[in-house]
Amino acid sequence: MMSTAIQTGAASGVNQQAATAPLPPVIELRGLSVRFGSREILRNLTCSLRGRAIGLLGPNGAGKSTLINTLLGFYKPCSGSALVLGHDIRTDTRKIRGLVGYMPENDALISKMSAVSFVQMMAELSGLPPEAALERAHEALFCVGLAEARYRELGTYSLGMKQLAKLAQAIAHGPKLLILDEPTNGLDPPARQRMIRMIRDVRDSRQLQIVLCSHLLRDVEDTCEEVLILNQGRIAHYSNLEEERKANKRFLELETYGANGDFTEAIEKLGCECAVTANRLKMVLADGVEIRDIYRIAAERDVRIRRLNFRRDTLEDIFLKAMES
Amino acid sequence: MAVYRRTYTSYSGSLTPAWSRFLVLFRYSRRSLFRSKVQTALFVLCFFFPLASLLAIYLAHNLSFLDRFGGNGLPFLQIDNRFFFVFVTVQGTLAFVLTAFAGPGLISPDLANGALPLYFCRPFSRAEYVLGKTSVLAILLSQITWIPGLILFVVQASLAGPGWTSDNLWIAGSIVLSSMIWIVVLSLLATALSAWVKWRIVAGALMLGVLFFGAGFGQAVNAVLRTQSGRFFDIGYLMGTVWSSLFRIDSERAMTSIGAWAALLIYCGICLALLVRKVRAYEVVR
Repeated sequence: MMSTAIQTGAASGVNQQAATAPLPPVIELRGLSVRFGSREILRNLTCSLRGRAIGLLGPNGAGKSTLINTLLGFYKPCSGSALVLGHDIRTDTRKIRGLVGYMPENDALISKMSAVSFVQMMAELSGLPPEAALERAHEALFCVGLAEARYRELGTYSLGMKQLAKLAQAIAHGPKLLILDEPTNGLDPPARQRMIRMIRDVRDSRQLQIVLCSHLLRDVEDTCEEVLILNQGRIAHYSNLEEERKANKRFLELETYGANGDFTEAIEKLGCECAVTANRLKMVLADGVEIRDIYRIAAERDVRIRRLNFRRDTLEDIFLKAMES
Repeated sequence: MAVYRRTYTSYSGSLTPAWSRFLVLFRYSRRSLFRSKVQTALFVLCFFFPLASLLAIYLAHNLSFLDRFGGNGLPFLQIDNRFFFVFVTVQGTLAFVLTAFAGPGLISPDLANGALPLYFCRPFSRAEYVLGKTSVLAILLSQITWIPGLILFVVQASLAGPGWTSDNLWIAGSIVLSSMIWIVVLSLLATALSAWVKWRIVAGALMLGVLFFGAGFGQAVNAVLRTQSGRFFDIGYLMGTVWSSLFRIDSERAMTSIGAWAALLIYCGICLALLVRKVRAYEVVR
């Protein structure tokens, strides 16, 4: 049932194949709109998300939590629909909830219960028999690093431990999709690092997909492959960070000493696009051109390269652009 | 148990049937209920009167004992509809006290801790949640009302013979029905109050308040408006009226049993509406 630390070569080969195969869409939004009274919170959202870890970004009040709550069936859409793991949120709410693990933003733990009892109860409510639920509760608490404290009452936990306990209850029943709503809220830097590491570990197990809702760009950048940015209930931007990271490997920014038109011309002859500003040179590498070619041309022309960076848009750049648009 | 394995894995084992999930809440709620020593003591106390009633039935059929008190025996040892009416009334009162202790702790901790989203993000509906919580009270109260009542009836029937049994079989139905109505009213009232008040003690006080202040308010209405319609605010009186009619007790009541039934139904409807309004993952702020 549990994966062992040592994997066989064949097993890792299978994992690699699985990693490269395109994933079916985990969430498909089809003109989804949600209205509370006269206020329209989500407006005609349409997109298809299929990453292993999907970030849901947006400023406060953008509609991130409303979108999650709608996907879980807590709110009814006023128009449009959405599919979660291929199930319609209007008709298959129960099926969806069986496949999803949810870690809410707010404090949601019953303070008088021990962590292991609480996680076991939640796993049982998801349909696990009592014995299996108890075993999974122990495993989930070990997995999130609360093994030593698992018999303590949840009311005695620190904020960081409570967040981890919430994560444990979300994964105890073995969901196919894990929805995390602001998982690092209120955590100090070491606790945040622990939480991010935990999310990465769960993601890298390749047994479930993650939707991470946050307004902290670093959390999303550290864990997600895809980003959906919401603003005022609308999709402001959709970006595949993984592809952008790969694509941006071709964008270079050089700080040089002694460069002249001859150097730029020689690079352009390789098929690269160049733009010169003061002693900086921005370029897009052509296919087949490697960085060592740039160094060779620089050496031939006695140009010293002081700094070379891959210049790509950070998530912050993407986010700010989305907000401006 | 494989606690050395620390990576995440999915679950591929069997699942319990969906209809049985509310029993999970029942088990956990009941367990937490009996952690309280006061609660346990109170529960045990509720069995004293049934034991005394059992003793009374035994004595009523022990002729040599009754002969010492003259020809007709003791009047309170006459086992008839009034005997069972008194039993249901006493146990009903105890059931109310037990509910005032146990009821407020059912939903209010979940609300106070904001745990409802964690229940409802699973394949577990609001109706199942309410069913799970009310079933704790329903089963607890059944153990002190109609179950001992039926046991007493069976003991009496076995001692009195088939003639008494065939003549008084309707009493068994009355015991079950009267207890059931009271259990439903108390369970819904306790869970509704528990859902609306986050603090357990306040919810308990409110439970007592609904009964006593309701009766007081009803009396005030009667006195001011020179009417008897204030009785509709007195749940205890309504219940007494229904029980009297079910046990065929002649008493001068200010309202008909149909009126009492209707009022109790309205109270149950209000409690359900309160539960529907409050028991949800997130409140929608319009």
